[in-house]
Amino acid sequence: MCLGVPGKIISISENNVAVVDVNANQVEISIVLTPDAQIGQWVLVHAGFAMQIMDESEAEESLALMLELQKIRETFSYEQ
Amino acid sequence: MKTDRILMAHGSGGLMSQQLIDEVFKKAWRNPYLDPMMDGALLELPPGKVVMSTDSFVITPIFFPGGDIGKLSVCGTVNDLLACGARPLYLSAAFIIEEGLLLADLKKIVSSMADTANEAGVKLVTGDTKVVEKGSADGIFINTTGVGIISSGIEYRPDRITRSSHIIVTGYMGDHGLSILAQREGLSFGTPAVSDCAPLIKIGAALAQYGDKIKCMRDPTRGGLATVLNELAQQSGLGMLVQEEKIPVSPVVQGACDMLGLDPLYMANEGKMVIVVEADISSQVLNDLRLLDEARETAIIGEVTKEPAGMVLIETRLGAKRILGMLEGEHVPRIC
Amino acid sequence: MNNNKAIMQDMIREIQAETQSISMMEVCGTHTMAIAKSGIRDLLPDNIKLISGPGCPVCVTAQGDIDAVIELVNQQDLILATFGDMMRVPGTSSSLQEARGKGADIRVVYSPMDAVEMARNYPTREVVFLGIGFETTAPPVGASIEAARAMQTKNYSVLSLHKLVPPALEVIFSDPDIKVDALICPGHVSLVIGLDPYRELAEKYHKPCVITGFDNADILQGILMILLQFKQKQARAEIQYRRAVKEKGNPVAQNVLKRVFKEVDTRWRGLGEIPGSGLEISDEYSAYNARHRFDIPDIEDIPIKGCSCGEILTGKISPHDCPLFGSACNPLNPIGPCMVSHEGACAAYYRYTPLRGEIR
Repeated sequence: MCLGVPGKIISISENNVAVVDVNANQVEISIVLTPDAQIGQWVLVHAGFAMQIMDESEAEESLALMLELQKIRETFSYEQ
Repeated sequence: MKTDRILMAHGSGGLMSQQLIDEVFKKAWRNPYLDPMMDGALLELPPGKVVMSTDSFVITPIFFPGGDIGKLSVCGTVNDLLACGARPLYLSAAFIIEEGLLLADLKKIVSSMADTANEAGVKLVTGDTKVVEKGSADGIFINTTGVGIISSGIEYRPDRITRSSHIIVTGYMGDHGLSILAQREGLSFGTPAVSDCAPLIKIGAALAQYGDKIKCMRDPTRGGLATVLNELAQQSGLGMLVQEEKIPVSPVVQGACDMLGLDPLYMANEGKMVIVVEADISSQVLNDLRLLDEARETAIIGEVTKEPAGMVLIETRLGAKRILGMLEGEHVPRIC
Repeated sequence: MNNNKAIMQDMIREIQAETQSISMMEVCGTHTMAIAKSGIRDLLPDNIKLISGPGCPVCVTAQGDIDAVIELVNQQDLILATFGDMMRVPGTSSSLQEARGKGADIRVVYSPMDAVEMARNYPTREVVFLGIGFETTAPPVGASIEAARAMQTKNYSVLSLHKLVPPALEVIFSDPDIKVDALICPGHVSLVIGLDPYRELAEKYHKPCVITGFDNADILQGILMILLQFKQKQARAEIQYRRAVKEKGNPVAQNVLKRVFKEVDTRWRGLGEIPGSGLEISDEYSAYNARHRFDIPDIEDIPIKGCSCGEILTGKISPHDCPLFGSACNPLNPIGPCMVSHEGACAAYYRYTPLRGEIR
């Protein structure tokens, strides 16, 4: 229902305007909905706005996914 | 009368028209076919089958990263001739110019046509200029028509495509489309993507040695790769199966497309070819093409199948197969 | 997310080993698209069904509302700024695309802030932004209204057709005709609203709800998390999409919604009128409400003959069950909105039809 992509904040100027890097594309967005966002952080971008500050980089996410799945598997075997 | 803009009088056929032709076009394009300034160009053709192709070019903005409408208008027709298996030889160029266009811009466009024609080894042999009132056109429209020759007797055509042939694309998909999109009103963003606009004369030359093992070639311009594959499937009466993960798309284009809800497989290219070749030479063709600057990311993306006839299938990264359809309607950015 | 192939193959095998019969609804249209594009539905065993839900803002916009917008642009001299999604949606007799062809000034924007900028660039013209979308899109639109007020841009207004997701889910869960055992919850709506609304639903109807991201690996993992809850005979609200969704959502965005909008009853295509499911511009910001600035007609919904979008949006039938699907109604000549919208279930199913059987 809503497209969103992660972007990394590379600069912040007045009026909550920031530039994010989306795979080397530079997009001007508003960070009025994520006023705590800092340069270097990842935000989820939708319709020209940062909607949320993201936690981890993609690499960490993939690691987290593997760990979580491991947990799921253990629970399955435990349940069975 | 000195002016820095194109005026209606430049299209009157009178003195100003003549001045414009002499100072802008003739100067830049100079060659023995054009220089006599007759109503038509008298051409010599080497033996072989004559191929003719025409295309009109309309683009906003007229200058864009990686090219301009002039370069585009030469590349487009040159590449269409190459795609038929021909060696491009001569081009005509007709201009419809909106009153008020900067003369300096016209000169830039005309000179970039000369440079591109030079690079492609073709001659601009005849032309025409019309000027329309402000608002009746968008800056400048160009039509080019080209003539080329197939001297080898080997025509690249969809009805020569055979089952089990391999499908090759000569590089990243969607760079041209994205670089133009990034300039649109209400959408502008910075992108390192530049138009791939180029005359693919070296690709044509590199394929010549493979003779009739090259079956068909087409440039995936408007509508992108997906549309061209569908055309080839329909015209050959065969199926196509391509692997999603083999299709070259740069991270820049993929990222921007994800953001805007667009699909790189439907984005326009102006410097790429889709080539269908016999399976036993595909890896050799791949190696040859990768040596060329304009084809460094060449990849074998799939193969021709018997069924489903007239359709294109794509195998997703997860291993599922689905139909890859043609572009419907306008490819506009969306939020969902 | 890194779509590591080996991990994904593992997950697919694990899902394929499931033997219980479970119907999951992917609420969100972006999920419908992602699932269709990747072919996930085709990789699932027959006992696990994915049903497409009402989460496509274009699709759930009532026919009468679309007709009203088209009438507005035909009657008034204004610039209508819209997301590209709305351009091709057919009203009863026309679409925005056709209206533009006939001379209406309609412009596609990516961000509502682009529409505010347009209003500043054309100070003598009225710029109306067409506000569609759910809790994800409404805060940016709300913020654009606040920005317009701060910059004293008085020729900007919004026609709000925004809708809220939880009331629609409530309707779906309470309908005995809709067989849904669990929800794959929308990742980006949940960025804003957080986990709490789903906690209530999971508890009240005893159905697992998992907020899921949009990459292939996210969706597979979301499905696995639902299956795990079934194994445990539990029904919790959980977050798979942790890198983006926080339990409390985004309070700043929630506050924008509270300030700029008020909840009203509104009609949905397929679901009818749902109490408290619409967002109208609040009295405080009524100067930016296009309904106050222009005479926007209240047009009744004229059902499209033979179109099953209503049943499809609620998961009662699959697009393949609609008699018009693929024949009279296709993406080139769409009859209903589910075929128009890029993420509409019909368009997704049509575009990304899986192929069964051998390829020779």
